This record gives sequence, structure tokens and C-alpha cells, in this order.
Amino acid sequence: MKIIKDKKVVNDAWQVLRLHEGDAADSIVVPQGEYIVPLPVWNCQWETLRERKELGLWLGGLERAEDIPDDVNRFPVIAIDIHKYTDGRAYTLAYRLRKQYGYRCELRAMGDVLHDQLFYLKRMGFDSFAMRADQDLQRGVSGFDTFSVKYQASVDVATPLFNRIERGVA
Amino acid sequence: MYQYDKFDHQLTAERVAQYSDQVRRRLSGELKEDDFRVLRLQNGIYMQVHGYMMRIAIPYGLASSAQVHQLAHIARTYDRGYGHLSTRQNIQFNWLKLEDTPKILADLAEVEMHANQTSGSCIRSITSDELAGVARDELIDPRPFAEILRQWSTFHPEFAFLPRKFKVSVSGASEDRAAIEINDVGVQVVKNAQGELGFRILVGGGLGRTPVIGQELIAFLPWQHLLTYMESIVRVYNEFGRRDNLYKARIKILVQAIGIGEFRRQVETEWQLHKDGPSTLTEAEVARVSAAFTAPAYETLPQVDASFEAAQREDKAFANWVQRNVTAHKVDGYAAAWLSLKHPGRAPGDISADQLDVVAALADHYSFGELRVSHLQNLVLADVKQSDLHALWQEAKAAGLATPNIGLLTDIVCCPGADFCTLANARSISLSRAITERFEDYDYLHDIGDIDLNISGCVNACGHHHVAHIGILGVDKSGEEWYQVTIGGNKGTPAAIGKIIGRSFSFAQIPAVIARLLHVYVSERDEGERFIDTLRRIGHEPFKTFVYAEQIVEEEKLLLPDYEALRAAVPYELPYFSPRF
Repeated sequence: MKIIKDKKVVNDAWQVLRLHEGDAADSIVVPQGEYIVPLPVWNCQWETLRERKELGLWLGGLERAEDIPDDVNRFPVIAIDIHKYTDGRAYTLAYRLRKQYGYRCELRAMGDVLHDQLFYLKRMGFDSFAMRADQDLQRGVSGFDTFSVKYQASVDVATPLFNRIERGVA
Repeated sequence: MYQYDKFDHQLTAERVAQYSDQVRRRLSGELKEDDFRVLRLQNGIYMQVHGYMMRIAIPYGLASSAQVHQLAHIARTYDRGYGHLSTRQNIQFNWLKLEDTPKILADLAEVEMHANQTSGSCIRSITSDELAGVARDELIDPRPFAEILRQWSTFHPEFAFLPRKFKVSVSGASEDRAAIEINDVGVQVVKNAQGELGFRILVGGGLGRTPVIGQELIAFLPWQHLLTYMESIVRVYNEFGRRDNLYKARIKILVQAIGIGEFRRQVETEWQLHKDGPSTLTEAEVARVSAAFTAPAYETLPQVDASFEAAQREDKAFANWVQRNVTAHKVDGYAAAWLSLKHPGRAPGDISADQLDVVAALADHYSFGELRVSHLQNLVLADVKQSDLHALWQEAKAAGLATPNIGLLTDIVCCPGADFCTLANARSISLSRAITERFEDYDYLHDIGDIDLNISGCVNACGHHHVAHIGILGVDKSGEEWYQVTIGGNKGTPAAIGKIIGRSFSFAQIPAVIARLLHVYVSERDEGERFIDTLRRIGHEPFKTFVYAEQIVEEEKLLLPDYEALRAAVPYELPYFSPRF
């Protein structure tokens, strides 16, 4: 599958494990290989899964950073599933992972990820993007540079504009 | 006022480019409406009854004459020659084509204006006191902090998709003219016992379906922490505000659900994580922004101007206008003058392109080139010499802007209603016209005196009917428009939510209902009592009893007219009809 990572369109090998109807978090088999598993599966099968260094984790809209029982940096990738682009919880969740929990590895936005939200998502510390199927990835790459001015601090810049740059007397 | 530096200009230009590209993709079909809707809303674009409506930000209600001339240009070029001032100090144009909206945004950028976040589930355009900087009861001018909040909230990456809209208002005075108690967050400038500057923060106020007065979150927040504390409030809201039900998504519902104490605890916990961090405000930044709001070059004048006094004695009409439309100023010899946009025959808050040009010229001539929009949908020239008031009045009168009715019954606050708005259940503007016509007798209006009458066309309560002395709410009953009446609300300090008096009324009954309410007031009032004072003293019951005592005959001329005929006969300047009725 193609995704945007570090502002480039790349092939990505991660598989996302989803619980479908009839699947139970405690009994579903996580296949061998690079899988991004949902938090409930991780929590239920923690004792066995923790041996597998290659697994990633994904969080849904209602899940929170503090629900992760381990050091977040043990995951090479954490994905946040955006079920609808208007649901802004993913942005604060990203803030918490990056700023509060010190997550340093790949933070991925997946689901209803659209061109016009990439700038904000990138500011919140997302660095890879599994976009909605109808989105033009090549075009998406240009979406990171919509604005060159950032008034406020966030994950990408630690200080607000007024503390970053000498602004003239207005 | 605040002037853009190169960063503000750059960001505004980038916004125009971004939005232009989005509209191009929408028009080509590349962008579907469901993905575009939120993008256009965050640029103030609604799809309304007649076409696209654009809400342009007038941050904290302050505009320069050049900006107002540009609004006139926009009204003429892209609209039908007029705009509408909203209850959040913004201006709306109702008859736009989508393909023109990027050009409008570019025109606005030329005069340091925008439509950023005037709609959508984000931090909205910041409002403030229309008398900021000139009010006698002001502790300090709140506008530098409003501007600092404007910049902080503009394109805040974390808070673009909140559960629901988020409104912030800032006041620096003891009398609240900025409706801080009915905003999601109200910021009041205060000083502590040591004389240090800070803010009292209210949270969870709002009208709509569930009217609530905001509660105090913190009694004194040192000014340095304004942004980090705000960030904590919005972060907690973004995480825990409800997203399953549109009507329960505002922060007030969250605060009610967990209680102010628990909400405060969560905000404080969150705040401790980044308090004193890099977003802490600095004296240098406050000084930089405050430098834009220094007092203009006032002349040294006597406290009272003799010619002004004489003109009032000689000219009764001028004296009437002064009595209602002129307010004291903190500087001797100056006054603040209200230009009423509640002129009989026009929708409350509507202003034509020609009038926009006139008020811009008046601002240049009489008030240091600036004017303000009040949340009660009038304009204020805040720095007028008393000796200029008579000349100003004459010019304003010639432009239909000198109706001497500020604070009177006909100074109706009114949302666009079903004549324009797709959300509304009932017409507001048409009803305000019917009321204005019924109560046009000037002496009677003066005798009734101070009274707030507000109309909202639906529960979203854009007309702020809950906090009016008499509030009228349009409701839908099996597809018909009806009106619920509340009395006893108050917008000032302290704010209060009105109570519904009983079953609802038809459009044509409302003027008679108001007449009955006023009748009770006139018969029961003590010397010097306002309507609201009498109501508080004697209670709601006498008003209710009298209103429902006898059958209310519908006023025949107010029964729904032949709209087809009206549409043919009435020019578009008087859009008191809608395709929906």
C-alpha cells in the first residue's frame, strides 16, 4: 500500500489488523509479520505480543494515550485511526503522545485522512499518512506547506511566533 | 488599531491561496461537498436560502475606514448592495456566488481582513466591548489581549475540529458589554489585591437549545498565563466534549455533566504540564500589541462643550438623539455616538453599501478613522468631539443612520431568520418589521424607555432571545411558524435567562402580545422603573395573566401576505419574504 511518509510517497509494508464482527480481542490471532494491532488486542494479549518487537499499535477515537500499558517508544509505529476527518480528538491524542509521553517513532494518521487536513496533522507530529482511498497522494505532498507562518506553538515548533522571531512594533 | 506585520500579511495571503485552490477543486468536482463543507465554513461560507452567505470577521468589532470602504465595495461588486451585522460583531453578505468568494477573500486581505474561523467547529472570531478604550468603567483596554487570542487561535492545528463551535469574548470593564457570561469562555480583565493584572475566566456560558450562564473557572489568572490556560481549557474540551449529539456538544454540556469543580481540576492538571512553558506571554509581546491600541491624539477640551449644550436646547430632535445615542467618554469633551441600524423599514443590522461609505467617511471626519460594531447590531463612533456631534448627527440623519432609538423597544436584536437562514423555523426580520411598525410612535417608545427585545428564528438563538427583557423564539409546529415568548432575561451584569410565559403565538399575534406586556409595565411601574425593574419587583405572573386573559386577535394586515405579489413589487433591498414562505 502506498502512503505518504516524511513528505514522500512510499510503499508501506505494515498490515493493519482490525477486529471484525465475531472477532474477540483476546482470541484473535495476530499473524506473523509487521502488523499494527488495535489497542484492545494489545491489552488482552500483552503477555505474548510483547515478545514481538515488530508490532505496531493503533488507537481509535475513544482511546487515550494513558490506556497504553507500555512505554510508547517500544512501538516502531503508532497509528491513530480517524473515522471521520471532522473528529478532532486525533489531534489532541497526537499532542499527548508526542509532548506528554515523549513518543519519538513513527506516528501515522489513517482512515479519513484528506489532503486539506495534512498541514494541521503534520503540525501535531504525524509523520506518515495512510490517506483515504480516493485521495491523490502526489498532490497530498504539497499540502504540508500550505502556511509558512505559525502563530502558536505545537508539536512541530516548541515556541509561539512571538517568542521565536523578533516581530516589529505593529 | 492593530496593523499587520509581514507575518500577518503572509499568513493571510496563504489563506487566500489555500481557499482559492479549494474552491477551484470544488467547482471542478474534485472535492465533494461533504469534504468541502467544513473548509468553506472555516472561511465563513454558508449555503443559505438565497445562495452562499459569507461571514467576514471584524475582530473585537473594530474596523478602520479603509476596511469599511472595502466592505462597501464587496457589497456592490459581489452582493446586492448591502450587508448584515451579526450579534458577534461580524458582517455577513447574503447573496454571493461561490466562485466569487476567493476574490472577496483576496479583496479583504488587501485591507488586513479575513473570514477565518467565523464559522465551523473551531475557536471563532474573538469579540469584545464596543466601548473598549473609551469606556469610563474600564480597568484596561482588553483589545490587545483579544488580538493576542485572535492570533493564537488562528489556524491552531490542534483545535480546528472541536466537538462544536467555541466562542470567546473579552471584557475590560465592570459593566459587561461583551456578553462574557454567554460565551463558551468569557475573559474579564481584573486586578488582584496587589494591583497585579490578570483575568477572571468564565466557562460554559451559551444560549442555543440549553441556555446557560457561564461559571467562574478561575477568579484570578495572572496575565502571563492567558494562552497556556486557554490551551488547557480547549484541550480538555477537545478530548471530552460530546461528539455523539450535536445538541450536547458545546462545552457547557461537558461542564454541566462533570461539574465545574471536576472541570477545573482537569484543566488545572492539564495546565501544570505546560504552565510557564514557551507559550507564556511576555511583556514584550503584550507591549508590541498594546502599542497598536494607544489613545488617538485627543485635544485638551473642557468637560462640557457649550455649543453642544446649546444645540441640544435649540434642537429637540438632536436632543432626543443625544439622549439615546450618545454616551459619556473617558476623555473630557469627547463622546461615543451610536449610529442606529434599526431604521424602520430595514432589517435590524442591515447596512447598504452607500451607508458603509458614509460611515467610513464619518469615521474619518469625526472619529480618528475608526468605528466599532456592537453585538447589539449597531455602529459606534467612539471618539467624537462633543462640538462635532451636531454636524455628525445631521450627516448621519441624511443617510438614515440617526434613528434615536438605542436601547428602546425598536432597537431590536434579530438574527436573519427564515427569510435567509436554512436553520430557522420562523421569520425574524419580518417580525421585527411588524413590531417596529406597530410601535413607531416616538413619544410612546421614549415613555417605555430602556427595554431589550430580541428575536431568534430558531433554538440556535443567534438573536440572543434568552437574555432579553422580552425574548421571542421562532418554533416549528407541524411545519408552521410559531413564536414562544420569554420575559425577564438580562444581557448585562449579571446576565439572566428569561422564562417562557406560556403557549406560543402566531406571527400576527406577536405585536399584540408585546403591547399587552407593555401595558402591564405601564400600569404597574413605580417612578423611574424600567420594564425589567418592574418585572423583577412584581414577578412574571401579572404579565402572564394579562397576556392570556383574553383571546388575542390576529392583526389582519400581518397575516401572511401574497408573497408572489410582494416578490414582484418589493425591491430586493427589502427582502421581507423568502422562497420558503
